[in-house]
Amino acid sequence: MTQIIKNRQAVADEYSIIKLAEGDTPEAVALPAGAVLVPLSVWTTRKTELLARGTRVGVWLDAGEGPEALAADLDQLPVIGVNFPKFVDGRGYTTARLLRERHGYHGEIRAIGDVLQDQLFLMARCGFDAFALKEGKDIAKAVNAFETFKTPYQAAVDQPNPLFRRRAA
Amino acid sequence: MYRYDNYDQALVDERVAQFRDQVARWKAGELSDDELRPLRLQNGLYIQRHAPMFRIAVPYGMLASRQLRCLAELGRKYDRGYGHFTTRHNMQFNWPKLEDVPEMLADLARVEMHAIQTSGNCIRNITTDQFAGVAADEILDPRPLCEIMRQWSTFHPEFAFLPRKFKIAVNGAREDRALTWFHDIGLHIVKTDDGLVGFRVIVGGGLGRTPIRGQIVREFLPWQDILSYCEAIIRVYNRYGRRDNAYKARIKILVQSLGVTEFARQVEEEWEHLKGGPATITQAEYERVTAFFGAPAYETLPVIDEAFVQQQADSVPFARWVERNVRPHRVPGYASVTLSLKKPGTAPGDITSDQMDAAAALADDYSFGELRVTHEQNLVLADVEQRRLFALWQEAKAAGFATPNIGLLTDMIVCPGGDFCDLANARSIPVANAVQARFDDLDYLWDIGDIDLNFSGCMNSCGHHHVGNIGILGVDKANEEWYQITIGGEQGNDARLGKVIGPSFAAADVPDVIEKIVRFYIAQRTDDERFIDTFHRLGTDPFKVAVYGDKARLKAA
Repeated sequence: MTQIIKNRQAVADEYSIIKLAEGDTPEAVALPAGAVLVPLSVWTTRKTELLARGTRVGVWLDAGEGPEALAADLDQLPVIGVNFPKFVDGRGYTTARLLRERHGYHGEIRAIGDVLQDQLFLMARCGFDAFALKEGKDIAKAVNAFETFKTPYQAAVDQPNPLFRRRAA
Repeated sequence: MYRYDNYDQALVDERVAQFRDQVARWKAGELSDDELRPLRLQNGLYIQRHAPMFRIAVPYGMLASRQLRCLAELGRKYDRGYGHFTTRHNMQFNWPKLEDVPEMLADLARVEMHAIQTSGNCIRNITTDQFAGVAADEILDPRPLCEIMRQWSTFHPEFAFLPRKFKIAVNGAREDRALTWFHDIGLHIVKTDDGLVGFRVIVGGGLGRTPIRGQIVREFLPWQDILSYCEAIIRVYNRYGRRDNAYKARIKILVQSLGVTEFARQVEEEWEHLKGGPATITQAEYERVTAFFGAPAYETLPVIDEAFVQQQADSVPFARWVERNVRPHRVPGYASVTLSLKKPGTAPGDITSDQMDAAAALADDYSFGELRVTHEQNLVLADVEQRRLFALWQEAKAAGFATPNIGLLTDMIVCPGGDFCDLANARSIPVANAVQARFDDLDYLWDIGDIDLNFSGCMNSCGHHHVGNIGILGVDKANEEWYQITIGGEQGNDARLGKVIGPSFAAADVPDVIEKIVRFYIAQRTDDERFIDTFHRLGTDPFKVAVYGDKARLKAA
């Protein structure tokens, strides 16, 4: 079983991440037994089937897919993945913030794809609490990244008040 | 000016530690070149033609003498004894070693400086008017709000990986001296008839490959809302800006493709959720930061110093310097002085470490220990007593800062060009020097009067050629350096883009071409008409004929 970072610790991951390979369709792609994290297209076409399996189901959003697509389904999803096709594509940061701050999502938000140690601090501030690091990267080292800056300036998911409101107090 | 408290200091110190670790991991092979790239860029570090280029932020242009001395020391210790001021309140070093940069950052942190977000696809250094706080036409000193925005933009967790770089400029006076119409966000401080202070918000301007004047997204935004409103703008951009083509990724392209009305609608819709939230600036924070920008201990002086008047009458060179390099001040008996970094024959914007020390000493002796960096690549001593201008002039002359050419043709904005920059299509410094040499006669230069000549070595437009009254752009044609000329560009309240006059020229011909344009202007001008006014009266075609002769006349006909 692969490991992910959850709540700043390395833990075993129970989910199989489903990706559509060349030739796969959302309707027909095979789903393994057990917990699955499926693309949005699979969720929208096979929601009833997925919920009837009786095992955990999460959905991952690709970089161009906004959180609005899941707004009505949040209660049914223990995990939402946010994919970073390349780590320099920063759309996922907004996706996570909107899921937490606008849509009130309290489940796990997991960064998947090109996820690297040096972005973890920023991702955590935007509401990510789980991270599937890019293959080959050292999880033990990466968990240190959450301490990079102790008291950042802005309000974000981890700290709803900007420093200036606390500084003045 | 602003001083760090423990929070500010901890953040820059932690940044040094972070980058030190990143460089160590890169050396150990744990970070690939591609993975390090955006991280080093967000610390101002490029890999350049000869060596890395390292860009240091001078937030909103404010520089304390001790900070300038630190830059001088960095120049000696890690570079070749000089640095270069850019058009966006930054200093660049062209010869540091990558391995030394963590140490340089640590030295900078000791004087409350950094290189955070001076490059990369993130919110860059915020720029403003070099006469902020002393300009007679000022509505409100923009620097406290610039500092509040600096803090907000520093390590902003949501906006570290935007589609492309993002530049903000703020102007607080009636005359725009911050090129706000050509930034990703341009802000004008405005006051309503009821006395409310806020911003006019302009979005989607930019120079570069696709130069576009920004458009007004909101006529009035209360100043307290600026952070949440910027978040709304940048969030819309982060979600919907193009990422498939770096040349079409700036916010200006998004604004153009949606149309400003639809773009503004999306921003307002997003802002509805953020408005009034915790990012709303509190009066307490505004007052805390504003206290750092209070007036220095000015003396009570007569409006006109008699000795100063006499000194101008006695010395023509001094009077000339006063006319070009000295500006009136809002406090009686004071003046603002521009130290020219445009001495003909030197690279515009370059300054040696010894000159940095000299400028720092001048700041300490004459201007409360502070300087400003201008987007025209000069330095300003903002608060000098009139009665001490003559002494300052003599010292500035000795240090090579007293060329009386501010606003004249030889006070060019010039990028480093092909001698240093990897992006450049052509060299800019030698050609700029050749043009300066052609206009080395001071009487002639003075007779020409106000004229902005801006020079970029490639279409990325770091030298702002599009908004020069005369613009020179280096282009590559079959591996040869050529130079395209534009005229009619302008900065300020009526900022506009220049027009290309025709086919480009070889380097050796550029001084001739500039001289033809200038001679034609002098022949055509009425009384004290400025170059740009003559251009507006006549249009482009007569200038084309002046440069290209009958060929252009046939075309124009």
